[in-house]
Amino acid sequence: MSAQIPAVRSTEQLREKWMKPEVISGSEILLRSLLLEGVECVFGYPGGAVLYIYDAMYGFDDFHHLLTRHEQGAIHAADGYARASGKVGVCIATSGPGATNTVTGIATAYMDSVPLVVITGNVATSLIGTDAFQEADITGITMPITKHSYLVRDAEDLPRIIHEAFHIANTGRKGPVLIDIPKDVSAQKVRFEPEHSIDLRGYHPTVVPNRLQLDKLVAAISEAERPVILAGGGVIYSGGHEGLLEFATRSGIPITTTLLGLGAFPSGHDLWMGMPGMHGTYTANQAIQQSDLLISIGARFDDRVTGRLDGFAPHAKIVHIDIDPAEIGKNVKTDIPIVGDVKTVLEMLNPMVGYSSKADAWRAQISRWKQEKPFKYKDSEDVLKPQWVIEMLNDTTHGEAIVTTDVGQHQMWTAQYYKFNQPRSFITSGGLGTMGFGFPAAIGAQMAHPDRLVISINGDGGMQMCAQELAICAINKIPVKIVVINNQVLGMVRQWQELIYDNRYSHIDLAGSPDFVKLAEAYGVKGLRATSKEEAERAWQEALDNDGPVLVEFVVHKGENVYPMVTQGSTIDQMLMGDCE
Amino acid sequence: MMTKNHVIAVLVNDQPGVLQRVSGLFGRRGYNIESITVGQSEEPGLSRMVIVTEGDDTTLEQIEKQLYKLIDVIKVVNLSANPMVSRELALIKVKAEPAERPEIMGVVETFRAAVVDIGAGSMMVQVIGDTEKIDAMIELLRPYGIRELSRTGVTAMTRG
Repeated sequence: MSAQIPAVRSTEQLREKWMKPEVISGSEILLRSLLLEGVECVFGYPGGAVLYIYDAMYGFDDFHHLLTRHEQGAIHAADGYARASGKVGVCIATSGPGATNTVTGIATAYMDSVPLVVITGNVATSLIGTDAFQEADITGITMPITKHSYLVRDAEDLPRIIHEAFHIANTGRKGPVLIDIPKDVSAQKVRFEPEHSIDLRGYHPTVVPNRLQLDKLVAAISEAERPVILAGGGVIYSGGHEGLLEFATRSGIPITTTLLGLGAFPSGHDLWMGMPGMHGTYTANQAIQQSDLLISIGARFDDRVTGRLDGFAPHAKIVHIDIDPAEIGKNVKTDIPIVGDVKTVLEMLNPMVGYSSKADAWRAQISRWKQEKPFKYKDSEDVLKPQWVIEMLNDTTHGEAIVTTDVGQHQMWTAQYYKFNQPRSFITSGGLGTMGFGFPAAIGAQMAHPDRLVISINGDGGMQMCAQELAICAINKIPVKIVVINNQVLGMVRQWQELIYDNRYSHIDLAGSPDFVKLAEAYGVKGLRATSKEEAERAWQEALDNDGPVLVEFVVHKGENVYPMVTQGSTIDQMLMGDCE
Repeated sequence: MMTKNHVIAVLVNDQPGVLQRVSGLFGRRGYNIESITVGQSEEPGLSRMVIVTEGDDTTLEQIEKQLYKLIDVIKVVNLSANPMVSRELALIKVKAEPAERPEIMGVVETFRAAVVDIGAGSMMVQVIGDTEKIDAMIELLRPYGIRELSRTGVTAMTRG
């Protein structure tokens, strides 16, 4: 797609330079330590408490620093970078408001187990606790939403802390780690000694599973008549997608992938049933509810997947494979717990697993459901249907783009109608459901993959929650294709108000939003609008042909609902089918 | 499922903020803390917390697992799963006119407690024991009028 994002220089030649032990400032130690962790790109925003850090970055080009227009954009971009690449995303913000602006993004990453290292400045150690200008207790504020955090009190600790932070962020159940660096520490000059070892007594994630538990699973598979695999984001995060494909094909067990698991399994495969849960497929939900063996792999039984818990998979023996022991038994009572890294578990399991020969009738039943109850919508020649737009995006890109979404109806339609085949190609805020996430995340994903097509699909609500980052697309020629599915309303809220709150539409009207085409152009990004199928196809083709960033607004039908839908308090087989009927 | 009291010992890195990490975890996950005590352990750099909490077995299992997710937590032991010794100290300032003192002294001696201060109209009683003993002591002193009560919370160890 683009050659505009310059490649960073070879790390091998520079390593020796970075490693040199010499007396340097805490800020220089930070930069060198980041480089030694393999960091190629950071997202940030300067301010008073990080002036020394930014001063050390003056004229520095060993990694990219992308200046966003809001710290929230920086943290979501770092998140998108991490999800797309599998590397740790890095974000830098100043103290006080800079740090608190990253809070939503940290919580987003925490809920979806995304590895981030967030570096915040703080006021000088002598001022901490005095309500100094731009002081906020960011380690305290983020304690519930970080995997771990550090307040650095001595620059000598920086090499160890940074090395630990990257290790913690990107091993075990991944997650964000915050490093708070007071201003005097970033100025403090000490002798830099690179840190290579890790000594954390309280941190030893279980990677290799217990073999006896695997034996139990193998036996359960051979007995099962109605087995189902439920695969989640953990498959992608562990790099276990190939193992998953082998496991499913060897065992012949039908598979459903959660929202964060989309892309972990090829969507064209016969065994794939689509996504389960609130807006999942009829087939996946029926299969879970009727299954006698449910094998969860790297998924955490989120309430959007399970629906009413006490009626979830009532006949199934539950197998739960997860790297985080605290997930096992948290929501659903587990019969065969398997703690370990998903990739490792599948590698050990696959040679032991045989075909589920008692499940032939079950596979036939699932094929029938798939044929009888696919996703459906009522198309129109008068108005654009959002589902049609997503199908068009899918068809024109052959399901091969990296797609990010925001949160709401367009997110669910993307999950339903875009056919993902590769891991790390679908990037969405699943756990926290953060509006304003999708567009900056796409910028991060594009930084990780300069040569791939990255599409950011947004609603007209969420697009206005981080629209300021259009600037960095324009300035840096980051060629994200920005899609705005504009129904002039907060669609998912509208849908709930229609179906559950007796059509009492309260504060959802987004009429008076800016002209998105002009908004894009104000920032120097090409803007296009489509109101019919013909215009849509033409505008989208023009966007694809353009080698820079383009925003395409699709003006769609306002009253469209996402179906099927499981309302809260129902079991997942009690689905409102709507237009899917 | 049955809800009961559990006594958990948590060995943690003696780092700033570690008490906040542990107590914050209990707060945000809705676990109850009856008492919490923190102090040095046998190993330099490590502290031991003893937490009394209430919940069924599933909750207890979750508490242990969630505690282990904290990087600063080294070891979690459910002390109440085995025979243990648990102790708590209470200071009780009880209203005591000179005429009432001998009677109060009688109660104190029966409990092998001690009078550690005498004021014009009050006595300060120190009692050490398990929670039940301290509860009983408080009940016996209550009729005289308790002006101030301060309990340390439970610390404990398994036997043997």
